[in-house]
Amino acid sequence: MADARLKVTFAGPLVTVQDAGRFGHMRFGVPASGPMDRLSHAAANVALGKPAEGSSIEISLGGLMLECLSGEITLSVTGGDFTVDHAGAKLASWTVLTLRKGEKLAIRAGRWGSWAYLAFAGQMDIPQWLGQSATHSMSGFGGGTITSGQELYIQEAAVIETREGDILQPEYADIKGTARVVMGPQDQHFEQAALDTFLSKAYALSENYDRMGVRLNGETLAMKAALSIPSEPIVRGSVQVAGDGAPTVLLADHQTTGGYPKIATVVSADVDGLVQMRHRDLLRFKAISAAESVDEARRYAVHSKEYLDRISEPRGTLEQRLMGENLIGGVFS
Amino acid sequence: MKPTFKPVADHAVLVSFATKISDAANQSVVALDHAIAQAQIKGVRETVPAFVNILISFDPLVTDHQEIEAEVNKLLINLQNVSAKVGHKTVQVCYEGDFGVHTAEVAKVCGISEEAVINAHLSGDYHVVMYGFAPGYAYMAGVPEAIQVPRKSTPTRDIPAGSVYIASAQCLVSTIVMPTGWSILGRSPTKILLDDPKQPFLFDVGDRVTFERIDLATYDRLSKGGCNG
Repeated sequence: MADARLKVTFAGPLVTVQDAGRFGHMRFGVPASGPMDRLSHAAANVALGKPAEGSSIEISLGGLMLECLSGEITLSVTGGDFTVDHAGAKLASWTVLTLRKGEKLAIRAGRWGSWAYLAFAGQMDIPQWLGQSATHSMSGFGGGTITSGQELYIQEAAVIETREGDILQPEYADIKGTARVVMGPQDQHFEQAALDTFLSKAYALSENYDRMGVRLNGETLAMKAALSIPSEPIVRGSVQVAGDGAPTVLLADHQTTGGYPKIATVVSADVDGLVQMRHRDLLRFKAISAAESVDEARRYAVHSKEYLDRISEPRGTLEQRLMGENLIGGVFS
Repeated sequence: MKPTFKPVADHAVLVSFATKISDAANQSVVALDHAIAQAQIKGVRETVPAFVNILISFDPLVTDHQEIEAEVNKLLINLQNVSAKVGHKTVQVCYEGDFGVHTAEVAKVCGISEEAVINAHLSGDYHVVMYGFAPGYAYMAGVPEAIQVPRKSTPTRDIPAGSVYIASAQCLVSTIVMPTGWSILGRSPTKILLDDPKQPFLFDVGDRVTFERIDLATYDRLSKGGCNG
């Protein structure tokens, strides 16, 4: 195994290095960061035989273009439906391929999805902060933002032909435009009519969408009084409502505390699906109980484990694969 | 103080001791935070203390809201007995020249001299209430009434890391370049992001803080080799 050297010929905004996340530091103002879509990130890694917590490059709708300057390396692309142009071949995300010296790779926004994940069969030479390579976009701490012109060095770059080809997609993660929430923890500050509106009307994702959160357009949500509540803790999935009555869903790089009331919190099982929605997509909220949300978290974890175990198996040689196609077939859902 | 419990999605509980800011509520938050840290409750991942409440984040594969609430209720019985060891930290500040961006403005609003603004800031009895906004942003309460000014309506852009700023009763020292609507009084060379896995940040919630005045030459000497961020 040798090293591979890749040139970033183009990087859109918000293309960052991520790993599973930096947990345990929220009390110091540090959110976990990590991938917006945790499941797709994990899939990119395990499809190469790596631990789910490994590093990847998170690619925004702005896209990423690479050229292999030296060496050769097998890589995976997961998340949404992005187009993947590799050395003249038109592919899509959920694929494993090998990039060789002189070849180009372009990953661009496709039919749906907001975030794609690029993982390498090797070790990216990237900085860490507090033991993790996850990038906190506001500060740039962690592995960092990928920018046009920079070079990526991948140590112990491997070619793993038995893993090349399509990756099964986790269709169970699709929320179909409805995010389940547990109401609160500051729902008591809202008029009953606002609570009814929140759960009955559709909200469109606005263009104000980054790693910190996505602001929603739709009917405003009235509070009982002009509020000045003490700053309270925030989590990934908190739906906070600003003074103008517009809700924002806070995401991977959320502030850890804030003074706007949180009308509801999106359950963790639905965040991966929510983040793959785009500007103008319509989102509805459905309230479930706290107990139900724990059941859903457990169900999602079981599904995810089964799914990741399944795609972590090498696909085998071409011959083995041709035999396998006839036996497996169908789509995991 | 009897708190209220609210579920936060599938993975956290928010325990609130009051709806309005008070020392008593914050003391209960800090005491419960220490008690949880000592108790090693099954499934608890981390806690986030704030002004009047504390978020307890848990692993839903291991525990649930009801179990956490039951464990917290057990801790509340003896909460007063928890000895909260309070740290004390010193933050050096240079108030000179360009560093005191809004000192003159605060002096004018409060009807005192610039020197009096600086002395008032130095005389405050500060403690860290919570972190928030960005990594290492520690909100300290204790700005003396004489220099309490509201947030400005327009933020000042690109404020360097290490800036010391105030708004109403709160003070903080920034750790990254950021816009702020607070009034900037000086610049600190004191590191808040420590690059030490055992203690990655200077302050613990509850710590007492003293500001110490330094001159520009001292600032320049201490800030060599990079300050915050």
